[in-house]
Amino acid sequence: MRAWRAILTADVARDLRSGNWWLPVAFFLLVALLFPFGVGPDVRLLAATGGGMVWVAALLATLLPLDQIFSRDAASGALDQYALHALSEEGLVLTKILSHLVSFGLPLFIAAIPAAALLGLGEARWGGLLCSLAIGLPGLSALGVTIAAVTLGQRSHGALSALLLLPLAVPILIFGAGSLSDAGQSAIYYLAACSLSALAIAPFAAGAALRAAREN
Amino acid sequence: MPQSAAPCHDILPVSGTAPLLSFAALACVRGDNLLWRGLSGEVGAGGAMRISGPNGSGKSSLLRVLAGLLPAAHGQVVRRAAIGLADERAALDSALPLAHALGFWARIYGKRASDVARALDALALTPLRDVPVAYLSTGQRRRAGLVRLLIADAPLWLLDEPTNGLDSQSIARLETIIAAHRTAGGAVIIATHLPIALAGAQEIALGAA
Repeated sequence: MRAWRAILTADVARDLRSGNWWLPVAFFLLVALLFPFGVGPDVRLLAATGGGMVWVAALLATLLPLDQIFSRDAASGALDQYALHALSEEGLVLTKILSHLVSFGLPLFIAAIPAAALLGLGEARWGGLLCSLAIGLPGLSALGVTIAAVTLGQRSHGALSALLLLPLAVPILIFGAGSLSDAGQSAIYYLAACSLSALAIAPFAAGAALRAAREN
Repeated sequence: MPQSAAPCHDILPVSGTAPLLSFAALACVRGDNLLWRGLSGEVGAGGAMRISGPNGSGKSSLLRVLAGLLPAAHGQVVRRAAIGLADERAALDSALPLAHALGFWARIYGKRASDVARALDALALTPLRDVPVAYLSTGQRRRAGLVRLLIADAPLWLLDEPTNGLDSQSIARLETIIAAHRTAGGAVIIATHLPIALAGAQEIALGAA
């Protein structure tokens, strides 16, 4: 427990110090800003599509910090030292999901309010949007960390992670955006199910990938 | 079928004078190359082993197999003690001041700030404690990695080319530290092609690749 807490605080401190956290947020807000330029100033159209757009932007923003999650630790030799100290890969993956959530999910969650305003979503729908993001972002983090572990040590892993993550994130995207429609009551349950499944599978899938990368 | 490597999970309790580490009939395949085979040996408390051989002969691979980070193609390794590994990567966050970067590992290992200070002192790095790791020279970073090894406080040390980049003073300091570690009941396995004082060490010579 002590070791996991040390890794979590060190990772979050590193992301805050290096300023990494605001790049995805800036990207997220820019997409929300550019979308109205693309589809025009029709308020009704924007309000109808805005929620889905927030979700697409959040998904793309999740991709940005993936390449650093494990590659820094692998290059510095820290991953080997964790293994030698008998820290399990599964626990490390959970810690990385948590740190990804704090460093990148939380700022995105907060930035969703100005993004919703930019897209013309009425205040009445902010609650639903934030609720769906709060449920879906942990799932996205879990998928992202898993892909980061799978692509560890591959060349041009940035493009590869996008290619691998986006199809896997489709269910979360569908139910996340779907929960914003008027008949979206059941979608939020499906969103929670997808998010929880991703969280449950990620430690084992990513843990196996980390071991395979080390033994290569 | 290579065994899956499970570092430190298969540590057996120390019983009497059982060796800290023993291995038998080890073989290592990298890509399509058989690097070495038929290696056996053991290291007990106070023992030392020197692995020598030209570049590419698989010295580092042998250390990683012994540490359990790499599966052996054949043979088995029995570990009865925690292992500390120091290779060319110091495993330190390069943006942090040296003392902070080492403090992270002290928290992982459950050690105190005083342990960090003592280890820094042992390798004469105390004056550099506030310098970011990125600004350290090759030799200084090497010594910083050895400081992390001291903080980990594991009985069995695996050192990969520990004298690379070290000046003669630092090499002498390292030799003293190793001797003290062995006197205290620790053991050390060193892979190197450079001379280092290691009294009564077993020798394993790996052939050319």
